[in-house]
Amino acid sequence: MNARVMDAAPQPEAAPPSLRNRARAFSTRHRSITVIVGMALATVLMPVIVLLPPFNSFSSQGVWIDGFTIAGIYVLLALGLNIVVGLSGLLDLGYAAFFAIGSYAFAFAASPFTGIDIPFWPMLLVGAVVAAVFGILLGAPTLRLRGDYLAIVTLGFGEIVPIVFLNSSTYTEGPNGIGGISPPSIGDFTFPSVGNPWPFYLTMIGLITITMILVYRLQDSRLGRAWMAIREDELAAAANGVNTVTTKLLAFALGASTAGLAGVFASSKLTLVSPNLFRFDVSFTVLAMVVLGGMGNIWGVAIGAFLVFLIQTVILKQLNIFFGNVNVPILSDVDFLQYQFLLYGVALVAMMLIRPEGLFPSRRRRRELHVEEDQDFAEHGDAMGAAPE
Amino acid sequence: MTQTMVPMPPAADAGGPAMLSLAGVHAYYGHIHALQGIDLEVRAGEIVTLLGTNGAGKTTTLKTISGLLHPRSGNVLLEGHDVSHVASHKLVQRGVAHAPEGRRIFSRLTVLENLQMGGYTRTSAEVREDTVHVFDLFPRLKERASQRGGTLSGGEQQMLAIGRALMTRPRVLLLDEPSLGLSPILVQQIFRIIQEINSRGMTILLVEQNALQALAIARRGYVLQTGRVVLSGTSAELSRNEMVRRAYLGED
Repeated sequence: MNARVMDAAPQPEAAPPSLRNRARAFSTRHRSITVIVGMALATVLMPVIVLLPPFNSFSSQGVWIDGFTIAGIYVLLALGLNIVVGLSGLLDLGYAAFFAIGSYAFAFAASPFTGIDIPFWPMLLVGAVVAAVFGILLGAPTLRLRGDYLAIVTLGFGEIVPIVFLNSSTYTEGPNGIGGISPPSIGDFTFPSVGNPWPFYLTMIGLITITMILVYRLQDSRLGRAWMAIREDELAAAANGVNTVTTKLLAFALGASTAGLAGVFASSKLTLVSPNLFRFDVSFTVLAMVVLGGMGNIWGVAIGAFLVFLIQTVILKQLNIFFGNVNVPILSDVDFLQYQFLLYGVALVAMMLIRPEGLFPSRRRRRELHVEEDQDFAEHGDAMGAAPE
Repeated sequence: MTQTMVPMPPAADAGGPAMLSLAGVHAYYGHIHALQGIDLEVRAGEIVTLLGTNGAGKTTTLKTISGLLHPRSGNVLLEGHDVSHVASHKLVQRGVAHAPEGRRIFSRLTVLENLQMGGYTRTSAEVREDTVHVFDLFPRLKERASQRGGTLSGGEQQMLAIGRALMTRPRVLLLDEPSLGLSPILVQQIFRIIQEINSRGMTILLVEQNALQALAIARRGYVLQTGRVVLSGTSAELSRNEMVRRAYLGED
């Protein structure tokens, strides 16, 4: 197979014609189609699955779909943070700040509080741009810092933003937050906030699909390559002609814009924003989702976020109900929801020990962490489409 | 220690026009005055070597040329144009390639990906073409194209670092201690390849601790001491110089 590598022309690897390999080769070559098909399947299957036992005993289909929509907000956040942490290797501990900025952007643009009513759809873009601008404002002075120092500065930024919204009560209603935010509408049809969960659900699916396609495109582009090089060795990247400052700023800006998008959607869905929705636990939860899902793997991160959210909102609550009913001593008195962060911590430690590459690792990450699988890699090409596929 | 200043050889017998020249370059790391007025010149098609002990400023000189560090005063001229404050990624496009000290290959990327990263500023057609050239020069890399950079031996990693620098299609190649940590036989092999690259017309500025080998392939050399050029001349002159013989060639 080496002879083929020499040509340096990316040629399809003559893989054994198993269905799995063929599917993998297809999905690598046609990522956008794969994303659309995958998301379409999820869109249809999830509402059907929740009609089956045991899920139907937890709650009605409508409540489930509403939950999926909220989970989608976290999926978007995780996809955005994955650009910063997973692809570029910049540890951002204050990511919720950009989520807050996007949310407040829409709250200012479409609520009785300001008396303005700009429609939802253009504001999606505006919210993303506003968050990206703040990403650049934060990044420009701080991206010279490396590793731990960057993490500390972003942590500070993540704390400052909600506090600013909290304290400037003249402009933000302070701790009460801004309510009555307009839902999206198409023509005369306004999305209902209760009753029919489908419009928000389908909008969220659309947003995730578009975001995933864009992130895949970015990852496979020159910019994606530059991010990877910076993650590996910043000085060497610079010596190869990568403008490290601009490249890192773009990672920050694009990551932030995804959070801005999620923020606009969230405030429109919840019809309310308040500073306590954007505290450190949000940044931390999203980071945990990225790490658990598999840093750098776009599908992995999306599925990781979805699962973590479901575990946190559904499974823990069900455990409470379950143990409350069966009357087991001690366990029936435990409020599992309160142990959410303890469980995250335990899960993260366990993952780092057992499966540091995440539940759904990118092939590259797995290679980084398991040397013995090199040979397997050499035979199958890599996830970036650079080596022989 | 007596220091003899060997006069610069006349330009006529030393190759083409100046590719690179440093005039009174002072550079600092914070408060540390690392380069204290460096003057040197590399002409087109030459191999020039920078010799000196640890901390003499050899690596700093290369960093200042490739824009990883900017001089506080003095000028770096690339083909007559002042590039003292041009960012490193722009200098790559203008033909300065730096194979940094300690190789710094992307250890988690494959050999092929490392080379492609070297061609970051270029079109994919050019990259494909040059990958073939690099594999011609380093058949070992060809054998290991799909292997992770980090799993290569030291010598292979050095080949990869040089190959990656060549992928930028440079006009001048800065090599920082290519013999670092290599066995004597590999050192010879690497130096043969450097000569080979030079014979194809590449201008090379070579930083080395291994003075004997470096002087064997270089046309001229400079000896640095605590941030200053203390000696310069042709390789033959430097090899005869008593101070060089004592300090760098291990003679009594």
